[in-house]
Amino acid sequence: MAEKKACSLPGDQASSNESRRDFLKQSSLLTAFAITPGVVVKAAESKWDEGIAASLEKMPLKLEINGVKQSLQVEPRVTLLDLLREQLALTGTKKGCDYGQCGACTVHVDGQRVLSCLTLAVMAEGKKVTTIEGLATGEQLHPMQAAFIKHDGFQCGYCTPGQIMSAVACIKEGHANSEAEIREFMSGNICRCGAYPNIVDAIMEVKQGGQQI
Amino acid sequence: MGKELFNPGEKDALDRVDGRQKVTGAAKYSAEYQLPNLAYGVLVSSSIAKGTIKSIDTKAAERAPGVVGVISHVNSIKVPGFADNEHPTEPPTGGRPLRAFYDNRVYFNGQPVAIVVADTLERAQYGASLVKVAYVKEQHTTDFNANTGKAVLPAQAKKNPKSSLNDYDRGQPDGYKTAPVKIEAEYHHPSEMHNPMELQSITAVWEADDKLTVYDKVQGTKPTQRAFATEWKIPVENVKVISKFVGGAFGNGLHNWPHETAAIIAAKQLKRPVKVAITREQMFTMVGYRPQTHQKIGIGATPDGKLVGITHESVGQTSTYEEFTESVLQQTRMMYTSPNLSTRYRLLPLDVSTPIWMRGPGEATGAFALESAMDELAHVLNIDPIEFRLKNYTEKDPDNNLPWSTKYLKECYQMGAERIGWNKRRMQPGTLKEGDWLVGYGMGVGTFGAHRGGATVRAKLHADGRLVMQCAVTDIGPGTGTAMVQIASTTLGIEPSQIVFELGHSDYPMFGNQGGSSTVNSVGSAVQAACNSLKQKLKDLASAKNASLTTADPKNISIKNGQLTITDNSLNVALADFFKQNNLQEMEVTEESKPGQEANKYSKYSFSVHFAEVHVHPKTGQVRVKKVVTGADAGTIISWKTAANQMIGGVTGGIGMALQEDAFMDHRFGRYVTKDFAEYHVPVHADVPHIDVFFVDKPDYIVDPIGTKGLGEIAIIGVAPAIANAIFNATGKRIRELPITADKLI
Ligand code: FES
Ligand code: FES
Repeated sequence: MAEKKACSLPGDQASSNESRRDFLKQSSLLTAFAITPGVVVKAAESKWDEGIAASLEKMPLKLEINGVKQSLQVEPRVTLLDLLREQLALTGTKKGCDYGQCGACTVHVDGQRVLSCLTLAVMAEGKKVTTIEGLATGEQLHPMQAAFIKHDGFQCGYCTPGQIMSAVACIKEGHANSEAEIREFMSGNICRCGAYPNIVDAIMEVKQGGQQI
Repeated sequence: MGKELFNPGEKDALDRVDGRQKVTGAAKYSAEYQLPNLAYGVLVSSSIAKGTIKSIDTKAAERAPGVVGVISHVNSIKVPGFADNEHPTEPPTGGRPLRAFYDNRVYFNGQPVAIVVADTLERAQYGASLVKVAYVKEQHTTDFNANTGKAVLPAQAKKNPKSSLNDYDRGQPDGYKTAPVKIEAEYHHPSEMHNPMELQSITAVWEADDKLTVYDKVQGTKPTQRAFATEWKIPVENVKVISKFVGGAFGNGLHNWPHETAAIIAAKQLKRPVKVAITREQMFTMVGYRPQTHQKIGIGATPDGKLVGITHESVGQTSTYEEFTESVLQQTRMMYTSPNLSTRYRLLPLDVSTPIWMRGPGEATGAFALESAMDELAHVLNIDPIEFRLKNYTEKDPDNNLPWSTKYLKECYQMGAERIGWNKRRMQPGTLKEGDWLVGYGMGVGTFGAHRGGATVRAKLHADGRLVMQCAVTDIGPGTGTAMVQIASTTLGIEPSQIVFELGHSDYPMFGNQGGSSTVNSVGSAVQAACNSLKQKLKDLASAKNASLTTADPKNISIKNGQLTITDNSLNVALADFFKQNNLQEMEVTEESKPGQEANKYSKYSFSVHFAEVHVHPKTGQVRVKKVVTGADAGTIISWKTAANQMIGGVTGGIGMALQEDAFMDHRFGRYVTKDFAEYHVPVHADVPHIDVFFVDKPDYIVDPIGTKGLGEIAIIGVAPAIANAIFNATGKRIRELPITADKLI
């Protein structure tokens, strides 16, 4: 690594053996604070540097989640999924793989379906995020939620929030014109319990019902 | 009793009682509890398949920001139960389950060797990436195919001469060889991963030095409670296991795994709650799988289709430290009338992690070979496969000579054949076409023992007519709560919306694991018993004012809209008033229900048939499952919607087994190449057609008083051979090695 930046991501390490503290100690940033080397060493020993680093490592993030404006400080490496689940207690969005392969983490960002495990939280700056918790209107279920219950479009329920968010988007995108088309455009959402035919029935019904979604 | 009592019919079937929680994101799974001071644990796993850990360098990880501890065998607190091998798991596997951070031995690639705990998930993940492990490697053996000859009779069989794992002969050993028409064939399927959508997760909290609470993804709260109480040598009542929602399991929650103990160790050592959710990659090595199995079948019949003999041999994979066995050969022993029958079961221990029961455990494996072989022999005999099965239909169990409790398999054949349009099937493979595509029809049969166990249910009737029940049982997806509400509603007359069934907590009354298709018949019977007990209590309280209650047939007593009534209208009193007259706030009963001796005089099984229509492209080898008809003789169907869904799910799993699922290992490293959904394929929407489900829906009151037999396993058993047989019918190609991928068809 030619140059070290205070804000570099974990993957930027010269070797995984070298902790972020190590380069922070040497960084020009600390020098800029005019801290003498002796103090730096002392700071490192008593882990003060971590306090400094922790605040430097966080970035401000403003976004809207389920209609609520949020003003947050997040590490740039935090995914939108982990932000929702671990920091905001919005656990309706599920983690099924963390690799963008299962769809359990599907949310809407500015109305588009997005895999929140493949989205860094900071990428959602200024955007509107809707999760499964924000789909119903008060006590009134969203038509897709109601259709999933009616057609029993789930078993364990773990893939369900992702399926529902994807299903709503699938109709909005205009990709729900036949069972075959629904199957194709819903194939990014895995249901290991195998409730697929019921999910397709639910989507067909909402699509044909023509309700506002 | 019977249909009227329990069956509101397909049309009026209940919606899932926890549906609203599941569609709104309110359902809480085990990694979703917000606890103060919660820390995150990330596991570091071994990168060799066999050997010892020479050293672990944790310095960098320990110094990484937010990391509060790095624990391995070097510094782990001693788990009290480990020392004297008291480390049970229920049901037990042979051998000894892996002990987390116990010593420096490595038994398989992907074994947890350390845990890094930090105040945020990202910091724990980063910390884990800094741990350096040095090993002393030993030569590992992981290649199943290269070593099948070294398979052995399980020690469990040697110890117990009565074990069904022992060599078994009925009539003449290898009697099939004397048959005028016979075939011999070998079948293979790779290891398959349960891969439920929810990653295996646990949140462990030590409430006090000897008081443990775990939010854990398991199939049984009570077995887990007992296991951890023994492991930590603390009183059973000091362990709480909470498992309110389980995001699928399919068997991998029937065992307690090292990641659970790792989280508990970390929570104890660091004195704060620790959450561990393993990664998808770790799901391939840490929580079991369906073991790859090699099977041989010799089967012979007379030219007119009477079976003369079957010999069925199976070699399955296990680990070196645990001896996992399953009943691969049972269906062969009881399904068809064969005067001569031999079975041989062997295990091959390898340097891999331990397999565990996966939906239709053993039976789904065995049925693939048996039902394929039946199809093969029918073809050689030029007899329709259904007719061939009917010619060898067992009217009693040939394995133990007992009568069936109930068996409506003939009805299943007939209903299924009609619904799939079996008459369109051509006897000659490869002769039916639709456009470019070859069309084939196939069928397969499944069976699974109707294993009822003991269960206890507490039921509390409130003055306003609400009923709240509790049982420790979990619901991994089949809809347990829904079925129980249906049973209570039918028994007491209370509207389903006024009934709550609480589950998934070890403080609730006794039930073991949700597994082996035994939940509804066991817990459902206890629900019925509790409801009947409430009725009896109401009768016992009857006074002059409501004398007709004293003599009323309990069947005719019901509670509707908060009114206690008798069907002949001789009584109609508000439950609240009735309680007041008797100085009662509420009425509570706890009832246990378990199978009686009478049931031992019968052989008790559920049955299923699966019919598949497949289209195969002759040039590309692409297989499309176009239609599936699946039917079951599972006794009374309590909850139609959820039951049908379970069948659909089983078929979907069977499609994966037949066409896609393959845990592929690179034996140079003893490590899976397939370690996520990009490489380990499971069925997605586009792979699953419309599935037509039917039930015979006839009660079996020998199994239990509500007439049910069990459904979860038979939903998948027999599906893979139905598809393989359909592919043969379409193409004339007999594929005996799963999964049947395109390369095998071109
Ligand atoms: S968790 Fe995001 S796609 Fe699986
Ligand atoms: S409902 Fe369990 S994974 Fe879809």
